[in-house]
Amino acid sequence: MKIGMTVNGSAQEHDVEDRTLLVHYLREACGLTGTKVGCDTSSCGACTVLVDGESVKSCTMLAAQAEGVTVTTIEGLADGDQWHPVQQAFHEHHGLQCGYCTAGMVMAAVSLLDEIPDPTERDVRLGIEGNLCRCTGYHNIVASVLAAAEQMKSTAR
Amino acid sequence: MIPAAFEYVRAESADAAIAQLVEHGDDAKLLAGGMSLIPLMKLRLATPTVLVDVGRVRDLSYVRDAGDHIAIGALTRHRDVETDDLLARQCGVVRAVAAQVGDNQVRHRGTIGGSVAHGDPASDLPAALLALDATFVVQGPSGTREIAATEFFHGFLETALSPDELLTEIRVPKAGPDGFAFEKFNRRAQDFATVGVVAARAGGATRVGLINMGSTPLRATAVEQALAQGASAADAAAHAAEGAEPTADLNASVEYREHLARVLVRRALEAI
Repeated sequence: MKIGMTVNGSAQEHDVEDRTLLVHYLREACGLTGTKVGCDTSSCGACTVLVDGESVKSCTMLAAQAEGVTVTTIEGLADGDQWHPVQQAFHEHHGLQCGYCTAGMVMAAVSLLDEIPDPTERDVRLGIEGNLCRCTGYHNIVASVLAAAEQMKSTAR
Repeated sequence: MIPAAFEYVRAESADAAIAQLVEHGDDAKLLAGGMSLIPLMKLRLATPTVLVDVGRVRDLSYVRDAGDHIAIGALTRHRDVETDDLLARQCGVVRAVAAQVGDNQVRHRGTIGGSVAHGDPASDLPAALLALDATFVVQGPSGTREIAATEFFHGFLETALSPDELLTEIRVPKAGPDGFAFEKFNRRAQDFATVGVVAARAGGATRVGLINMGSTPLRATAVEQALAQGASAADAAAHAAEGAEPTADLNASVEYREHLARVLVRRALEAI
């Protein structure tokens, strides 16, 4: 079936099987391999993308369910050469070790900060509970998200 | 992991979905948020040949004051339940339980009706709705009918829904903002409860729902009877595992689950 959606601002349309998962549509049909497949069982969150601005696990959504929606992946976050504040904060606060969980972690954080712009540390820890870091680098990940929140608040002022 | 091949059909209304179910019978399966069904399909534990997506039937997503009860559309997402002001005031327990389903990503997609219709004894919301004596409204080819929560869950992932019926609404009592306790015990963030307990006070009685203590969500009937006869929280909680038939798995033995049920029921009754 033909499935179209807007991905990172660009119209995409591809002929794929009905059973195609969103993550495979993004990686294989759109060629956007920034989104990772981790556990493939909707536990780890490495495949997290934004669907109409909200975090979802793209391994647990059919591409067909996303027909006509707006998807943002890690490739679509930066504004030209200007990183998104969450990306910048992960860079500055060493919010990654091996980096495999990072794309999903960043997307989950962007969605979280959209819903809770001024989070406590507990809000952040609960807010990213759907994302696993096997390097167990949570300390710096939480610090990065909190720093990004500060940065985004001061920019918004 | 990739699901077995199927034909995807999007239904734009409840009537259209039911027409698809009538046409395809047992081969068809309804898809709401997909948070339970898609993982099962990826594991090939579910292999429907036609998938009827009701995820965009927008008029089944609502929370309304219906006079003597609160009506929740079956396709209301967990996120919309957990942030709903009317529910927070009128039936706080549903809001609080929805807020602990899975993780943010799951709550952005998963629906209350999907959780109920899936009938998983490890899910939080079915046990909460059981404790509230909720009523489920289902629509089929010959009209609608109401099913009491206590009559709905028949076996592991089996419910009173016929293959050609769609759950459309969940009705909960106006139990107020408080008067409940939710104890969810698990060892990993975002995980299903190893054992969970929802205690809710409504209409002068305290009712207790058990999560993951058998092949269906359960009511701790012996606890409720003991409370009605004036037993203390600790004495009533001693009956928590009576009649339950939990299974053993990687997370817990039968004996441990029974122990957890007694401890968590006591904590819930002391907190309520």
